[in-house]
Amino acid sequence: MEVPASGQPMSAGPNAAPSLVIRNLRKEYRAGEPVLKNVCFEVTGRGMTAIIGPSGTGKSTLIRCINRLVEPTAGEIVFLGRDLATLNRKELRMARRQIGMVFQEYNLVERLSVIENVLCGRLGFVPLWRTWSRRFPAGDIERAFQLLDAVGLSTFATQRADQLSGGQRQRVGIARALMQEPNLLLADEPTSSLDPKTSVEIMELIANRASERNIPVIVNIHNVALAKRFANRIIGMSKGEIVFDGPPTGLEDAHLVEIYGGEDWLE
Amino acid sequence: MTNSQASPHGIRRQWHRFSARERIMRTSFHVVVLIAIAWSLRSIEIFPEFLYDAPQQTADLFARMWPIDWAWYPKVVHAALIETLHIATLGTILAVAMAGLVALLVASNITHSPVINAFGRFILVATRSVHTIVWALFFVAMFGPGALAGTLAIAVHSIGFTGKLLSEAIEDARPGPIEALAAAGGSRRAILLMGYWPQVKPSVLAIAAFRWDINVRESAVLGLVGGGGLGMALDTALSNLYWDQAGLVLLVIFGVVIATEIMTAWIRAKII
Amino acid sequence: MAARIGWNDMIQGISQGKARVSSHRRRDAFPPNWPMRLVLVALATYVIYATTVIDLSWSRFVIGLDQGARFIARMLPPNMAGDKLDLLFNGMLESLQIAIIATIVGVVLSLPLGLAAARNLSPWPLAWMARTLVVLFRTFHPVIVAILFVKAVGFGALAGMLALVVASVGFLAKLFAEATEEMSMKQVEGVRATGASFLSLVVMAVVPQVMSRFIGFSAYQLDSNLRNSALVGLVGGGGIGATLFTAFQRFDYDFVLTIVLSVIAVIMVGEILSGWMRRLFQ
Repeated sequence: MEVPASGQPMSAGPNAAPSLVIRNLRKEYRAGEPVLKNVCFEVTGRGMTAIIGPSGTGKSTLIRCINRLVEPTAGEIVFLGRDLATLNRKELRMARRQIGMVFQEYNLVERLSVIENVLCGRLGFVPLWRTWSRRFPAGDIERAFQLLDAVGLSTFATQRADQLSGGQRQRVGIARALMQEPNLLLADEPTSSLDPKTSVEIMELIANRASERNIPVIVNIHNVALAKRFANRIIGMSKGEIVFDGPPTGLEDAHLVEIYGGEDWLE
Repeated sequence: MTNSQASPHGIRRQWHRFSARERIMRTSFHVVVLIAIAWSLRSIEIFPEFLYDAPQQTADLFARMWPIDWAWYPKVVHAALIETLHIATLGTILAVAMAGLVALLVASNITHSPVINAFGRFILVATRSVHTIVWALFFVAMFGPGALAGTLAIAVHSIGFTGKLLSEAIEDARPGPIEALAAAGGSRRAILLMGYWPQVKPSVLAIAAFRWDINVRESAVLGLVGGGGLGMALDTALSNLYWDQAGLVLLVIFGVVIATEIMTAWIRAKII
Repeated sequence: MAARIGWNDMIQGISQGKARVSSHRRRDAFPPNWPMRLVLVALATYVIYATTVIDLSWSRFVIGLDQGARFIARMLPPNMAGDKLDLLFNGMLESLQIAIIATIVGVVLSLPLGLAAARNLSPWPLAWMARTLVVLFRTFHPVIVAILFVKAVGFGALAGMLALVVASVGFLAKLFAEATEEMSMKQVEGVRATGASFLSLVVMAVVPQVMSRFIGFSAYQLDSNLRNSALVGLVGGGGIGATLFTAFQRFDYDFVLTIVLSVIAVIMVGEILSGWMRRLFQ
């Protein structure tokens, strides 16, 4: 199986190697009460996969298991040909460099400036002394500025992150994730803390920037309308299992009822 | 590794964390610190022989401390421990009372004269700068060795910190209730008692507990200069070079400090 | 200091409830605060008890005041003679040097120890060991630690400096660990997801959050070391303490006053300097 080098675009043809394969993923925070039960799916090529489902159904856990911010109890997470679940700390860090992540609450370092936050994306690549003295390579700094242009924040480079609005902070988060030149973009409820108009802008930004770079995106989202609008594949989860996997057009009311359990209380 | 692309203008944009002026100041600071270290190190005499000897001396020290002379505890140390605790507690109570008065002088929302404020602040700085042990030396010379000197030393030294924290608590009081009482025609005493006191009360307990914790530690050593308590037991043991007795006293101090830390943590949890 | 009154409120409520029960009588606007009164009575009882136990008698106090007046008369005016000033200068210099090095070394050593003691960053066994070490450092007064170091490395400034390093590390590491445990883990998670190494993570996510508090602590510790450095000389640790103690024993009270005043002056200067330092690094 060919392992593409970092930054190389991936073909979306039917014989392309999948970027991410999840097999039999299982997570129990408490023994005997699994939050994720036997989750299996594959992500191939570019495009946005949206995971929908009610709160507590394990969407966030699933996303965080992919880059092991949460340790899975069992299962395989094969990314670029390697099972992430078996990597040691150093190898895991190398793998995380290839996976960019955008968070619901932006997770920026609030006291640092916008550009420092974007440059955090290169922390996996630069030596410690450069981090400490903030003397990043000139090429990295230029790229950081370009990314800020791409997310529309060119004039905010030296402002402190906590002086920005929610939407602006999320843009910084997206720029940071893209700074890593990742092969996969994860987004954990990127719009849940934002107003409707900003939510659309952010989803658009994520979708466009990712497709420009030919990388797949996996998004956790609870707004079904946004999911249908921007994603080309929807995975619906209920009670820790996948109950729907297909294009947005195939998502019908009956499926939504199964996912969200809307009519239970009626019975 | 990095995909460096030149910007459309052909010039790379730059970013520096600190402005030029900031960088100069920071560099000067680091240089000053390095000079300070170099100067200090050169002047301190380090006798190489003593240094080589150190591990052996330390081992010798611990060997002499073990086995600990437990029998000495009921004879001398227990009474000394109780005395130390009383010194610390009485000293703290006295300090809170005196510091309260000074805090009233310092708090700008109670005393409006800046001259009196400054005078109060000077009292706080002076009492704080002179270490408890030095105060103890004074008071031992005045009142003779024993717990009286120790208690006064603790009390006077604590005025500094306690007064500062209390004055901050007073200045943090919300002006609303004060204005309401004044508008209703309340006397100064009424305003103090009903307006400030309820707001400051929880802080007083927290500050007192915090200071008591520190004072127990300090009381334990005052005896080294004659201030009573465990320190005097330690002094006796050290003068006679009875390291096993000294070890006992140190162990007792350790236990007391841990116990008071647990207690103050419990008290603070109750308040906050 | 914003504080929520917990059990105190509850007890007040109970006592007011009692007042309400007997409501057929005219309601008192300010019912007697029984719990508070109880506390005051207990306090007064304790004070009386304790003063007897440790033999604090009023007569001794009054006699002492008389002594004190004589004392103060002998202290003034402060002794400024040439040879005494030489002694003073050398002693203060040594104390200053001890304080400076002890603070710097203390800051440097307390950073890794404080990080190791932070339970949200450090694995449990390491955190436990680090915390125990910190408690050990903080238990004993610098003077006691100085005695031990004098035995180990001999008389002189080195023992005093080491004692102050121990005190500084104990204080700073504890506060640093507390500040780290109070920081936002979200910011840390964001940086962790980029694949940063642990130290890079600390530099970019932990340090920005806790640095300003840590600088405040360090400034306070410098002030504390300046005070303590004047003391360790009492037990052979070098600095002005020895000079002070000798002066006391020789009844040179006017010289004692000179020494005390200079120490106060140095500390006040130190406070001003640390205020500048804090603003510089803000």
